[in-house]
Amino acid sequence: MGLDRFSQYVLTLVLSAILPISLFSTSTLAADAMSSAASETDSLAGPIEQAFIDIKSDDAALRTQAAAVLIEKGNASLISRLDEIRAEADRSVRQAIKPVIDLLKNHANLTSEQADTRRSAAADLVGTGRVEAITWLEEAAAKEQVWWVKYTMEESAQLIQLRSDEQAVKLSAIKKLGELRSQNGLSALKELLEAGTQSGATEQQRALADSAQTSIGQIDSWGWWAGSIETLFRGISLSSILLIMSLGLAIVFGLMGVINMAHGELMMVGAYATFITQQAFIAWFSPENFDWYFPAALPVAFLSAALFGLVLEATVIRFLYGRLLETLLATWGVSLILMQAARVYFGDLTAVIAPQALRGGAQVMIGVYLPYNRIFIIILSIVCVLGIYFLLFRSNLGVRVRAVTQNRNMSACLGIPTRKVDSYTFAFASGLAGIAGWALTMVGNVDPGLGQNYIVDAFMVVVTGGVGKLAGTIWASLGIGGLNKLIEPASGAVYGKVFILVGVILFLQWRPQGLFAAKGRNADA
Amino acid sequence: MDKNLPQDSPIATEEVTATEQTGSSRREFLGQSGRVAAGFGVAALLGNLGNYALSYAAGGPPIKIGVLHSLSGTMAISEVSLRDVVLMAVEEINKAGGVMGRQVEAKVVDPASNWDLFAEKAKQLLLEDKVSVVFGCWTSVSRKSVLPVFEKNNGLLFYPVQYEGEECSRNVFYTGAAVNQQAAPAVEYLMSPEGGGYKKFYLLGTDYVYPRTTNKILRAMLLAKKVPASNIEEEYTPFHHQDYQTICGKIKKFAAGGGAAVISTINGDSNVPFYKEFGNQGLRAEDAPIMAFSVAEDELRGMDTSALVGHLAAWNYYQSVDTPQNKKFVANFKAYCKKNKLPDGENRVTDDPIEAAYFGVYVWKQAVEKAGSIEVDAVRKAVYGQKFLAPGGQIMMDEANQHTHKPVLIGEILKNGQFKVIHRSKGLVKPEPWSEYTNPEKGCDWISHQGTYQKK
Amino acid sequence: MPEQVVSHQDSRETLLFYAVGILFLLVVPLLNVLPAEDSWLHISDFRLNQFGKFLAFAILALGLDLIWGYCGVLSMGQGVFFGFGAYCMGMYLTLQIGKESVYGSELPDFMVWTQVKELPLFWYPFKSFMGGFLGAILVPVLFATIFGFLAFRSRIKGVYFAIITQALAFAAWLVFNRNETRLGGTNGLTDFKQLLGYRLSDPSTQRGLYLITVIALIASYLLCRWIVASRAGKVLIAIRDSESRVTFSGYTPWMFKLFVFVVAAGLAGLAGMLYVPQVGIITPAQIGVLPSLEVVIWVAVGGRGTLIGAILGAVAVNYGRSILTNYFPEAWPFILGGLFVVVVTMFPDGLVGMIRKLTDRKKTPAPLIKAEGSTAA
Repeated sequence: MGLDRFSQYVLTLVLSAILPISLFSTSTLAADAMSSAASETDSLAGPIEQAFIDIKSDDAALRTQAAAVLIEKGNASLISRLDEIRAEADRSVRQAIKPVIDLLKNHANLTSEQADTRRSAAADLVGTGRVEAITWLEEAAAKEQVWWVKYTMEESAQLIQLRSDEQAVKLSAIKKLGELRSQNGLSALKELLEAGTQSGATEQQRALADSAQTSIGQIDSWGWWAGSIETLFRGISLSSILLIMSLGLAIVFGLMGVINMAHGELMMVGAYATFITQQAFIAWFSPENFDWYFPAALPVAFLSAALFGLVLEATVIRFLYGRLLETLLATWGVSLILMQAARVYFGDLTAVIAPQALRGGAQVMIGVYLPYNRIFIIILSIVCVLGIYFLLFRSNLGVRVRAVTQNRNMSACLGIPTRKVDSYTFAFASGLAGIAGWALTMVGNVDPGLGQNYIVDAFMVVVTGGVGKLAGTIWASLGIGGLNKLIEPASGAVYGKVFILVGVILFLQWRPQGLFAAKGRNADA
Repeated sequence: MDKNLPQDSPIATEEVTATEQTGSSRREFLGQSGRVAAGFGVAALLGNLGNYALSYAAGGPPIKIGVLHSLSGTMAISEVSLRDVVLMAVEEINKAGGVMGRQVEAKVVDPASNWDLFAEKAKQLLLEDKVSVVFGCWTSVSRKSVLPVFEKNNGLLFYPVQYEGEECSRNVFYTGAAVNQQAAPAVEYLMSPEGGGYKKFYLLGTDYVYPRTTNKILRAMLLAKKVPASNIEEEYTPFHHQDYQTICGKIKKFAAGGGAAVISTINGDSNVPFYKEFGNQGLRAEDAPIMAFSVAEDELRGMDTSALVGHLAAWNYYQSVDTPQNKKFVANFKAYCKKNKLPDGENRVTDDPIEAAYFGVYVWKQAVEKAGSIEVDAVRKAVYGQKFLAPGGQIMMDEANQHTHKPVLIGEILKNGQFKVIHRSKGLVKPEPWSEYTNPEKGCDWISHQGTYQKK
Repeated sequence: MPEQVVSHQDSRETLLFYAVGILFLLVVPLLNVLPAEDSWLHISDFRLNQFGKFLAFAILALGLDLIWGYCGVLSMGQGVFFGFGAYCMGMYLTLQIGKESVYGSELPDFMVWTQVKELPLFWYPFKSFMGGFLGAILVPVLFATIFGFLAFRSRIKGVYFAIITQALAFAAWLVFNRNETRLGGTNGLTDFKQLLGYRLSDPSTQRGLYLITVIALIASYLLCRWIVASRAGKVLIAIRDSESRVTFSGYTPWMFKLFVFVVAAGLAGLAGMLYVPQVGIITPAQIGVLPSLEVVIWVAVGGRGTLIGAILGAVAVNYGRSILTNYFPEAWPFILGGLFVVVVTMFPDGLVGMIRKLTDRKKTPAPLIKAEGSTAA
């Protein structure tokens, strides 16, 4: 992927405490390959030079033979020469050379220093289907430390074995693949099963099919569990996104009686702030420090969104306290303006590049691969909830905020500056939106429509959860997110959403005030 | 309440004056806003006014053309570039002496990504402004929305974007690709040994007419090429879909064991979350390449390309195409954007629809000169068979079916948001509005037939 | 509210209504037909058609005004009912295309390319004009009855109701965009040819449609006035101002709310029905969250709680948009958004309120709407 500049460097911040660190880009292929085995070439010069000539020949048989020689005897140092030939060659020669290059590269990469590269090489070797690769893979697997790289190597070796002509080798490969719970082997095994159960199958094919059946059973039952775990994770991930978006919304709705339709656009402000920080890092800092832009963008996103919130409160919301519907309408107008402003000012040149630490994911078990960016957002949402909890229920400011919510006049009499509390609360909630926008740059777009994509869902969460209750928001987002991901595989994305919306409407039949209804004088809000 | 505060009154007075005019004499209001607006907008849009005034005397009244692209709303991000390039072509033509010695005057309207507004603005261009040709539309639905207007009033539309085919309107020239000039060859390439010999295809798209029809044709083609139905998956997501976790999980399962490719007709802002999720779930271009039909250079400008590198796209033109006229075209476009202080100025890129919009203007110019008239029917007949050396290479308008003969290029996405051409069709591909796989019995011909006809 | 002020306002509004009515019913069509084409008085067919569209929107706005302005229930899903009406009429018009379609098939075009072989059953009623006409009114009415019954009975109100209707608009948009619903997907229904045998491309047909729209608007206005002036109308206003008190007085507010909600939906359906043949296309884009919210803008700008305000607002905003997008395409969202903020924060009574304030300066100014604080708190 050409992101070599990051590969020397790993992000050491809050995240690294939680996330596994060994992430590197997959495409330092050639560079690694070259250095590893450059000295052996001399002794092999003779046959290899001949092969170089032969591979350009018009005779297909000669080409194949030359390719075999190159694969057997060559190493990664030949790649550049082969590439030169390939660039000038015609189609048939190019096709003869391509597998050679692939094999040599992947062979060399099996001993790369980076786990991802080793794993990719192991996976790619299956596609070549060359028997030579089996020994390479087995050797590499014996030395391998990282379990899932080792797993891929073993799996790949077995997958190649499966194509062997010998019955015994095939049988053992089938058995091993079953033991490995290999998802990648499933399609090949199913083919064997199909071939063996046809009417005209030979004895041997039937034996293979029997064995394949057992392995498929093993793989499938494992796959079901792995699939369930992944679905659960996806549900939690979507829930965490919904939660982080709804927190600020729930605070202004519950504590201040304001419906902020511009909440999505405040998220957009946070996302653009992240983008601007990134551009500043590109302009002023060296590329090695590039990844630091992301943590640096957190306060920028929070503060800029909070500032927008402060201004919004002072110019519009202030006049509308106590008029819930009016706040909804006015803030919707504001959201239109903010969106168009972003469109005019930023246009479409706004890509946020994920820092290295948040790319890819962790193979936590066979068949379960969890992306880091999602794990990151889940953790962030938990941190945000805890932060809000302490701020509201364990701090001085929180006591004031809640006092103003419960009885504004009484609080004012007791000397609480209610105006200030209002504007701080609103700014804080806006800042939370900014954080949400910051986090969302890791999963989606930075564009003017960012807020609109989520706002309806976020409102659903707040309404379902009930006003003014943190727990309600948490449970509602878990419920909606989880349910969505549970339904989606069967119903598709659209009907999943529609079911959720209908579900919420029906749910409100049962509890018109949401999961956790506010009691007392605010109940009729 | 605040509304009773005295300081409101001056504002109120002004507002009311405006209202009364709206109610009683709209004509005045129209004139007034027109005058105000002239100061701001028109001068900027028409470009070289001095030049225009000079040649007005020389060659007769200017020829009016319409530009119908969304300048606001969700489609603006894509369509604004097309407006820019059309105006650039007009400026070039005017500098070179105009069309038949007459200057070209572009009337730009904004349908605001709103489909019924497209119909309204098309009516306005044809009936009020009486333009002789319109360059415009991007989405299929916007084209479908203006189509009746053009057919009713015998207008002429140049449509520059690749589309789903199955249309053969006498009043539209399609300078973008039909399905057999983009999607079908791309899949054929993936199936070929050179392209990787893929056997399983996951057809993923945004839910609207272009992906649906394209995938219908692709499915028919794959089945005809003996790909078993169990090796074809089809899935659609709504516009602006953001959460691709489940779908990437499905693809991963589908691609396990190798030999699978994803054919993506995902549109607009869903692309970024999709590619990001794809990469983050551990899927690589080597495991399952994504072949996209709606991702071009202009879209890539707004994306984190690290997630896209190595994936493929199929188009008829790339900015990286190495021809002298393309180098000039790209430089001119950048210079034009910089000169006119358009957003992003020199950093703008060209792509397939931009090129198609650009050469459309020239094809129209050549046809007008050949016909010696701006009358729609004469121009239409003159367009048939018209050749032009477009930035991407020579193109030719079909002799009868309103579409364009174009080359097909498969490109690989590079880190810098450009494409490396990895495959190129031999010569130009003849456009087939009706696919040979889904509608083998139908053809499109406006010379020896009346549009769509049944083949014998 | 003192009784005498109400009647005073009533007479003024009536006067304004007559003025507007005569303008649209007589003056505009005459200016279209009589003056020569190049005369400055001439209103082109294009403009007339455009006004027909605006007036259809005005009917939609009237409905929203009834439920929001008079009953205090904000529905952000009026676009859905409008869409139902428009689609019903659109289905009738689609079936009228017959063999004139692109594919030359009896089936609608989009069904041919989505490989539907037979007309789905629910399309059959729309083969006749009466089917389309009745469907356009009854489908929204029926849907509103069910939805409203569920929502109002369980006392979902205020902001909750607004958000739920917004979700409804979003869900409807998602569903109408799907091709399986057999309603044309994103492309919607278009390319209509004729209505009851009249060619839609004919200027005289469009003129006729315009007049029908004006008459429908006048009828809708009178209906709304009748409702508002009736005893039920008084209860509606009472609900808006304090629902609890109405409950304590022995009324069942939700029945009244349901009633106006259904009337508003019917009006929206009527508006959709008139909109389609004039504009020539209906797509899911008219149904979503944004178009539904725009209706709220029209009413807010015109002045909620006055029926004439809804009409003025719909025409003024749409006309403004049509003119301004020609010259400042990028500024339009700023104007729209700014308009909303300003109207909501400073002029809750909209244009009509401002006119009244201006003319009433020497007399006693009577606020139209009480602060919503009482409803909200």
